[in-house]
Amino acid sequence: MSSFMSASIGRKLLMSITGLFLISFLCIHLTLNLFLTFDDSGNLFNLAAHFMATNPLIKIMEPVLAVGFVVHIIWSAWITLENMRARPQKYAYGDQLLSWWAPAKNMFILGAMVLVFLVIHLVNFWIKMKFTGDPLLTSVNVGGVEMHNAYALVSNLFMNPLYNVLYMIGGILVGLHISHGFWSAFQTIGFSNQIWLKRLKFLAVAIGVVFAAGFAYIPIYFMIKF
Amino acid sequence: MADIILNKIYVKVWRQNSPKAKGGFETYQVENVSQGTSFLEMIDILNDKLILEGKDPIAFDHDCREGICGMCSMYINGHAHGPDTEVTTCQLHMRKFHEGQTIVVEPWRAAAFPVIKDVMVDRTAFEKIQQAGGYVSVNTGGVPDGNVILIGQDDAEEAMDAAACIGCGACVATCKNSSAMLFVAAKVSQFAKLPQGKIEAKKRAKAMVAKMDELGFGGCTNTGGCELACPKSISIAHIARLNREYLSAKLAD
Repeated sequence: MSSFMSASIGRKLLMSITGLFLISFLCIHLTLNLFLTFDDSGNLFNLAAHFMATNPLIKIMEPVLAVGFVVHIIWSAWITLENMRARPQKYAYGDQLLSWWAPAKNMFILGAMVLVFLVIHLVNFWIKMKFTGDPLLTSVNVGGVEMHNAYALVSNLFMNPLYNVLYMIGGILVGLHISHGFWSAFQTIGFSNQIWLKRLKFLAVAIGVVFAAGFAYIPIYFMIKF
Repeated sequence: MADIILNKIYVKVWRQNSPKAKGGFETYQVENVSQGTSFLEMIDILNDKLILEGKDPIAFDHDCREGICGMCSMYINGHAHGPDTEVTTCQLHMRKFHEGQTIVVEPWRAAAFPVIKDVMVDRTAFEKIQQAGGYVSVNTGGVPDGNVILIGQDDAEEAMDAAACIGCGACVATCKNSSAMLFVAAKVSQFAKLPQGKIEAKKRAKAMVAKMDELGFGGCTNTGGCELACPKSISIAHIARLNREYLSAKLAD
């Protein structure tokens, strides 16, 4: 098994499985975040955040998600380093076949930028909600249940134009990363052929656009509405 | 209609005396080149000039000059086999270039393809991958009847598409990771679709991938560059098949 995991295809398999898992997490994350724009009283978002914080299944999945992120990040660095070693001397004229911005060529850089955003994101929300608390994070009663007023914390940050721009960039970066990552994951697993390759590539771009637009919509909503 | 003559072009080519020597670019001027000449003929003209000047001619690989042997290997202006699609360097013509242009010629760059001299690289690594499993073991004996084992037309076509690989190495040269996955995928696919190849399929996929990793090729990140550079347009769908073959072989262990 160890030889399998260090083989080029084995390493990629782990990247694709963790990648697809992280995409499924992002689907839930985006759905919950969009609740911010459905109900300006914040009750809907607070209920959703409370559900996520208390549901036993989500509690089990939280460390699994963390492991997913860590493996995806460490393996990507390992693979990238190994792949760089395969070409010790670069071309003077570069590669003129794929455009310089093609997500396929920039997955590590895109991923690293998403990671920077992820850290800022964790500091802004997750750490405050989980550990340190925040003056804005008061208690609120929704439908007879006491819970954190997560909406207050989140909506306050969306009033900050600088953070809004950062959030939109984060969403677009994730979208670009997924526009390659999604179909690439299926290709690595072996679920692809001449016909499915086209379908998966189309789906990947569609999902990437949905993520980019979905996440970018939230700060835009707050900027227009408030 | 007569061909247009390029009065003057510049060839900036990688010169390296030996595998260990430090190489560098040299720029040469080539005059009166018909746009009808092939790229290799243009290099021949340049080499004649260099010989007359008492200089060392540029070493480059070539054999059939018909686009089928897979020997010619030049990275021209950022494109493996130059700025044309579905051709090898020998089938690239000077009509793809213009008057006064500087053409940059580099060898394939990959740790697994060390430079022998100038733009000539050692592609023995591909032979080693083939030897690891790119064959079908058959007992000697009488020639079996052609219709004994029936093969569906679609399978035969797909196997043939994979078998079109000439092993030129453009996929490795183009891939940002110097990965040989398209080559290995083609060599695995040409057997995977046929009943004769199924018997050794598991052994083949594992052995060829292990050899590919051992020889220092990078891993595939599905950029798709290989498919675009391939003079035979071999699809990366074959890479999905290789992944499938490899993973199922490993699962069966």
